[in-house]
Amino acid sequence: MAECHPVGFQWVVEAKARGAKVIHVDPRFTRTSALADLHVPIRAGSDIAFLGGIVNHILANGREFREYVVSYTNAPVIVDEAFQDTEDLDGLFSGFDPETGSYDPRSWQYDGMGMASNAGSRQRRIAGGEAHGSGGAKLSHGSPPRTDPTLEHPRCVFQLLKRHFARYTPELVEQVCGVPREQFLEVAEALCQNSGRERTSAFAYAVGWTHHANGVQFIRTAAIVQLLLGNMGRPGGGIMALRGHASIQGSTDIPTLYNLLPGYLPMPIAGTHGSLQEYLDDVRLPAGFWGRSDSYMVSLLKAWFGDRATAGNDFCFDHLPKLTGDHSIFPTVMAMLDGTCKGFFVPGENPAVGSPNAGLHRKAMAKLDWLVVRELVETETASFWYNAPEIETGELRTEDIGTEVFLLPAAAHTEKDGTFTNTQRLLQWHHKAVEPVGDQRSELWFYYHLGRRIREKLATSAEARDRPLLDLAWDYPTEGPHAEPSAAAVLREIGGVGPDGRALPGYLELKADGSTACGCWIYSGVYADEVNQADRRKPGSEQSWVAPEWGWAWPYNRRILYNRASADPEGRPWSERKRYVWWDQEQGRWTGHDNPDFGAATAPGYDPPDDAEAERALDGTSPFVMQADGKGWLFVPNGLDDGPLPTHYEPPESPVANPLYGRQTNPLMETYDRPGNRMNPALSPVYPFVFTTYRLTEHHTAGGMSRTLGYLSELQPEMFCEVSPELARLRGLVNGGWATIVTSRAAIEARVLVTGRLRPLRVGGQVVHQVGLPYHWGRNGLATGDGANDLLPIVGDPNVHIMESKANTCDVLPGRRPRGPALVELVEGHRARALAEQEREGSR
Amino acid sequence: MTAGPRMGFFTDTSVCIGCKACEVACKEWNLVPEDGPLRLTGDSYDNTGALGASTWRHVAFVEQQRDDQGLRWLMSSDVCKHCSSAACLEVCPTGALFRTEFSTVVVQADICNGCGYCVPACPFGVIDRREDDGRAFKCTLCYDRLRDDLQPACATACPTDSIQFGELGELRERARERVAALHDAGVAEARLYLDDEDDGIGGAGAFFLLLDEPEVYGLPPDPVSTTRDLPTLWRAAALAAGTLLAAVAVSFVEGRR
Repeated sequence: MAECHPVGFQWVVEAKARGAKVIHVDPRFTRTSALADLHVPIRAGSDIAFLGGIVNHILANGREFREYVVSYTNAPVIVDEAFQDTEDLDGLFSGFDPETGSYDPRSWQYDGMGMASNAGSRQRRIAGGEAHGSGGAKLSHGSPPRTDPTLEHPRCVFQLLKRHFARYTPELVEQVCGVPREQFLEVAEALCQNSGRERTSAFAYAVGWTHHANGVQFIRTAAIVQLLLGNMGRPGGGIMALRGHASIQGSTDIPTLYNLLPGYLPMPIAGTHGSLQEYLDDVRLPAGFWGRSDSYMVSLLKAWFGDRATAGNDFCFDHLPKLTGDHSIFPTVMAMLDGTCKGFFVPGENPAVGSPNAGLHRKAMAKLDWLVVRELVETETASFWYNAPEIETGELRTEDIGTEVFLLPAAAHTEKDGTFTNTQRLLQWHHKAVEPVGDQRSELWFYYHLGRRIREKLATSAEARDRPLLDLAWDYPTEGPHAEPSAAAVLREIGGVGPDGRALPGYLELKADGSTACGCWIYSGVYADEVNQADRRKPGSEQSWVAPEWGWAWPYNRRILYNRASADPEGRPWSERKRYVWWDQEQGRWTGHDNPDFGAATAPGYDPPDDAEAERALDGTSPFVMQADGKGWLFVPNGLDDGPLPTHYEPPESPVANPLYGRQTNPLMETYDRPGNRMNPALSPVYPFVFTTYRLTEHHTAGGMSRTLGYLSELQPEMFCEVSPELARLRGLVNGGWATIVTSRAAIEARVLVTGRLRPLRVGGQVVHQVGLPYHWGRNGLATGDGANDLLPIVGDPNVHIMESKANTCDVLPGRRPRGPALVELVEGHRARALAEQEREGSR
Repeated sequence: MTAGPRMGFFTDTSVCIGCKACEVACKEWNLVPEDGPLRLTGDSYDNTGALGASTWRHVAFVEQQRDDQGLRWLMSSDVCKHCSSAACLEVCPTGALFRTEFSTVVVQADICNGCGYCVPACPFGVIDRREDDGRAFKCTLCYDRLRDDLQPACATACPTDSIQFGELGELRERARERVAALHDAGVAEARLYLDDEDDGIGGAGAFFLLLDEPEVYGLPPDPVSTTRDLPTLWRAAALAAGTLLAAVAVSFVEGRR
């Protein structure tokens, strides 16, 4: 966090000054470790074993926050008797179909409730579990699940959880993660002791946790720990996702993802969602705030298509593109290689350096007809056609590349108005400081005018296919010499307007009859009272400690989500110290320091009538208002592709055999086995070391914004690898000298930094060496070097399609890499040896 | 211009995260040129090396393997000390170096003639000449910002308040409280460096909270102003010269005999 979020880290320093204990779990000793009370070096990719060990420690020793767990989680729910655990099936859950390599989750359901919808499974296959958004998946209504509040029933979630993690003992943690059991127990105990009525603990993670082929389940395990300890929905608790850079939270809320619409509404699917009604029947949950999906969706269509959207034409639902398959980035790159994807827009991203197996991305771009790059500088993505490393090796030739590259200059954040949404869901407005220079234009300008010009060209078209563009409400006010669209007007549209044309106070006012328009339901209210709420800057000293008048947080300016959980089932604060929102019996409403999650008048004892809908169908002790049952899901009956409980699998490439199950890796791992993207064989002596990629404070992601600046380049001027003194001795590496790192994809060179901050771990009976590789460098700019991401395979998490970039295997050789075609020979030679070795091993 | 209270820096290295925002903010504000050779030093995360004509803030990174407590990574942002007894200023023949109304020491680039006397005079090796320019440069404690009631760029950029700017008296008090708090928290090795008015430089305008001996961070343990002993030296020299003269005179007198 200190490395990649130094400004946010000031609050960790502040918390420490007030007595907080800071524990840092990371393969490397980083700038964060330097200030932590305890650093725990862990083998990259073994996180579920570590966190599962904490779950086991809690459950085996009765350390859970019992009252919270019984009332606010699905721990008491009894699961279908057909359910079988990975403990029963050696690493598989029930419902696995070896032919399709996927799960049928029917046996994971709550006892007696059955599957709510078949569309769910089809959606998962096309869009991934991610498309369920924050809502989780459906549960059928009207049949409350069978529960056992004593948590004794052998098939209740609590007992299933206990059994599932029973083998995740401190000894196993030591064996899998390389963390000595005493140190592991120190962490587990610190968490237990700092949780409960009087105290809370928080988890903070950055992309180091998400960039794994099992990343979703890593974070799920943390969620289980936090639910068991009662750390969700309470001040000082929670799980903080530190996003990759500015407003990445905003880019998932108003998504740049192929399978989501604004506000985590799923993208409709061709063949399944033929009409708005079919879509709504599928996405609307009977209980919780997803029960209002119809008002969110219709208001979204009204914001996009304006007066053209009417009840008579399904509010232009037919105009939305429909998913026909997995169109996430990696299948798209494969389609580029296969020649079926012909054009590519790259705004503010540098896949030629930043993406896994960047070399494959460069080769894919060489097959395009056209490529548009909107950037501050000429990145390696824009210049690949003349200086890609593959040109040096002879794999690509400039004269053979037919891709027409358009490099369009973009305006920086200081040159435009807009909002940043941070990890706390806080929107903060930023003002333009200076006019953009020359032809530089904002993204808003570019897309608005692109749309305007296309619409002008199509104006006389009678083709049905052109209706979606022509029917758009594309009428933003513009200002200044370049006709810059007003960002404030866009934000107001996102926040929503009512039938009277006035800005709405929030999503509870949205209607499904077409009388309201709202560009993103969770952002509804950001322009309440016709005020840009994101632009508020009241100093902390002039308001309460929650500071509700600084910026604006979605939804409803709520600073802590699920804050119903900050009070006990009767609505009283768990403790004076952790008071946040509570039930005021006299006034008959919730009150406190924040805007309550719940209907403010929903009494703790509320028992919903059978015909209640949406949030009114949840009882008075259900804090997790986006879930169909209002409970925190320790066990996920529907919505995750790879199982209802997190399970330790080895990373896609690992030097270690999975000691828990016969299955080495996640059975649903997304692989792309093709030339240029081969995996290193598991346990291969040819690739004996683990490498992990990361960022440094001094540079910005793929380097476009930092390698071009002298003041930043001189601080970290060259690509380097971090190795332990032991590995340096083993491979003859010299501090300040050169090393070559080899995988099945590429070989790169790096300066050597020998440091005790990396240390070999004893894992099972073997010693695992880990190599650290910052990934900022490329061919352009002032500080140049080889790109670490060239080494990575494209292999994905089944739920969100993200790559594994934190735990892969490699070989390390002393000295610089070969030049020209010899480089390819080195990579291929290694691979041939690894395959031969594997064959020998197999025939033995 | 009337002199106000003495202003300075308190750098609390116990909360430094080595982000180098101070280095960059300093260069940005003061238009200090890039001076890195764009070559990895191999010295932990320090590719800056040392303070110099084009490096007015320098973050040191010290990796320590301690047998009893494991690994420690010390980080510390160094800067000109703005000494009470500033040898650089005292040896400057042109008056380019002067003491401001904030009791800080500043070089006036338009007066400096590049003689370089100040360079060996500094007991910390802070001030230096730019090779391509010849003149001497160092931290001004953002004299221009101070005159506009702004804090120095480095202190403004520091995210964790490792670099604190203010009235020296107040800072010293704050620093003593911080040391006491760290001692209470079991950090027995916390100590202040250059907070004593009676030291060899007559007290510094920039002092530090360190977690180890100054030498570990590349700082002199007991700095002495190179001009401190000049009066004594001159007196001794005068005495010696007088003695010599007297001896010569006596020899003449003797010789006549």
